[in-house]
Amino acid sequence: MAVKDYLRERFFPHLWCPGCGHGGVLGGLVRAIENLGLTKNEIVMVSGIGCSSRITGYVDFHTMHTIHGRALAFATGVKLSRPELKLIVPMGDGDALAIGGNHFIHAARRNVDMTAIVMNNRIYGMTGGQFSPLSGTDISATTAPFRTIDRSFDVVELATAAGATFVARSTSYHAQQMTDVIEKAITHKGFSVVEVLTQCPTYFGRKNKIGDAPDMIKWFKDHTTTIGSKAKQEAPDLIERGIFVQKEGPEYCEEYQKIVDRAMGGRK
Amino acid sequence: MGNTIKFLQGNEACVEAALYAGLDFFAGYPITPSTEIAEHLATRLPRIGGKFIQMEDEIASICAIIGASLTGRKVMTATSGPGFSLMQEALGYAVMTEIPCVIVNVQRGGPSTGIPTHVSQGDVNQARWGTHGDHAIIALTASNHQDVFGITVEAFNLAETYRTPVILLFDEVVAHMREKLVLPEPGEVHLVERLRTSVKEGVDYHPYLPREDGRLPMSDFGGVHRYNVTGLVHDMWGFPSTEPRTVHALLRHLVDKLENRTNELARYKEFHLEDADIVLISYGSSARSALHVVEERRQRGERIGLLELQTLWPFPSDIVRTKCADSKAVVVVEMNMGQVMQSVKLAVEHPERVFLANRIDSVFITPADIINILRVIQGKGV
Repeated sequence: MAVKDYLRERFFPHLWCPGCGHGGVLGGLVRAIENLGLTKNEIVMVSGIGCSSRITGYVDFHTMHTIHGRALAFATGVKLSRPELKLIVPMGDGDALAIGGNHFIHAARRNVDMTAIVMNNRIYGMTGGQFSPLSGTDISATTAPFRTIDRSFDVVELATAAGATFVARSTSYHAQQMTDVIEKAITHKGFSVVEVLTQCPTYFGRKNKIGDAPDMIKWFKDHTTTIGSKAKQEAPDLIERGIFVQKEGPEYCEEYQKIVDRAMGGRK
Repeated sequence: MGNTIKFLQGNEACVEAALYAGLDFFAGYPITPSTEIAEHLATRLPRIGGKFIQMEDEIASICAIIGASLTGRKVMTATSGPGFSLMQEALGYAVMTEIPCVIVNVQRGGPSTGIPTHVSQGDVNQARWGTHGDHAIIALTASNHQDVFGITVEAFNLAETYRTPVILLFDEVVAHMREKLVLPEPGEVHLVERLRTSVKEGVDYHPYLPREDGRLPMSDFGGVHRYNVTGLVHDMWGFPSTEPRTVHALLRHLVDKLENRTNELARYKEFHLEDADIVLISYGSSARSALHVVEERRQRGERIGLLELQTLWPFPSDIVRTKCADSKAVVVVEMNMGQVMQSVKLAVEHPERVFLANRIDSVFITPADIINILRVIQGKGV
């Protein structure tokens, strides 16, 4: 199926700003789904609130645009109810890890079979450029006129510690790798997290004088490296990309089915 | 007739009714005095192949049931005041997206942590106005276990019929008290099943385009129709819209579909109202004391009756006005500072004849408390 067949073309143009990285994630996601040969009817995409969460409107799946921070909780209900469906949950950094932080760690702890894609542009874009829990320190934002003092989460470390059985990171520059890890994340049985560093030239880039979209994308190229690379040893500040965790673990819905089988005692 | 008779708590009666109605997905978080509902369903649901999940908080609980409902299940969550406060945003989402679900609030003393183990009816107005924005809601209650059963089944039926969240406002006394419940046989009580679209695969399905009778047929998520659901103001496709006519039409629809059927949705019981000079209006466990007073005073020849409300929202104003038309005094009996009394005053012709018999000290209201107020009204002194 052609990539455009996964999109609801009648609802374009999208609302993202020129140069926004979210469109690249949409592209990577759709290509991953195409590569996997999934049918549109078997995919449920659930999102929260924010620029990234609007992605659900543009794809021709079963789509649910919910409330801020709670997408994983809605998705858990859908998945436990219909375990045969593929659940994909795109989230922004504030959506996933500020207001939604509790749901994020608990979804990871349960190991519900779904894929969380954290589109991390380190800023609240929809509301006009406030700092997020992934902005990090010394960042300029509308609510940090004297620059941020809040330390940031590391999505990979947080997801790993919370029990996610697949954890990966990529960037909007590394489109091929992004598609590849999303594909592996969707295939993975259990809770998978893909952090994609994306650019917000409108707020993050402009406020922090990083330049426009191409400059920000180039920043991802220059400041990231493959996990365990020689470059990382020489420059420890480089951000690592790739698959950090990929392991087997009891999946929640399958475990629940065992409870049902036990409770029914073989009865139907 | 082999009806099963059980001796159980109100919370268990609610569980029996929910299962009778076809509940097959429950998500919840422990909170007094509602916890027994979750506990019993944790055992009962897997036995029938249903799903039970304990979520990380009440917000996640209501979100999970909304998601599950969209896939075609009958769903419920249960909580008490603090948890109900946390659920308000998602409750509005269910209103806006018109996803059927049942939310039980076993009321306890508030505000805040309040008195978790004691009774109150302080969440009546929260059930109506807790979530933001203009909307309508259905809230039901009951005073005894047989009625808890009936009204819980009713909650599921109304949720499916009108594609709306329905709130069951029980209270700690009814929830924890043990009494008899006669379980109806399967098929004895009418059940409303989900209305699913007849639109065939490959033909456009509009999730928010009402049929001629006003109902909106649903299509299970994961089925053959792919559509969008959003808490944003949306058009018939489920897509965000800021077009003023669409905004106006949606808001009117959400309110009118329930408020225009206020009389149809009104569930109530009446005792000795035919010639009553004094009308007691009560609901939930308070109505038990009110009924006791009415029966006792009737034996002494006093013209007193009781209107027991089971539908609290939309408030049955017409019925209250009609039933109170010939009365000299109306006494609202409730365990809060007059939340239903406010609605009664707005409904009746003579609001100056409406009085309040209440308790707000976490102690169950007794017949003596009501009689004290009656004596004042009757000029007999306390």
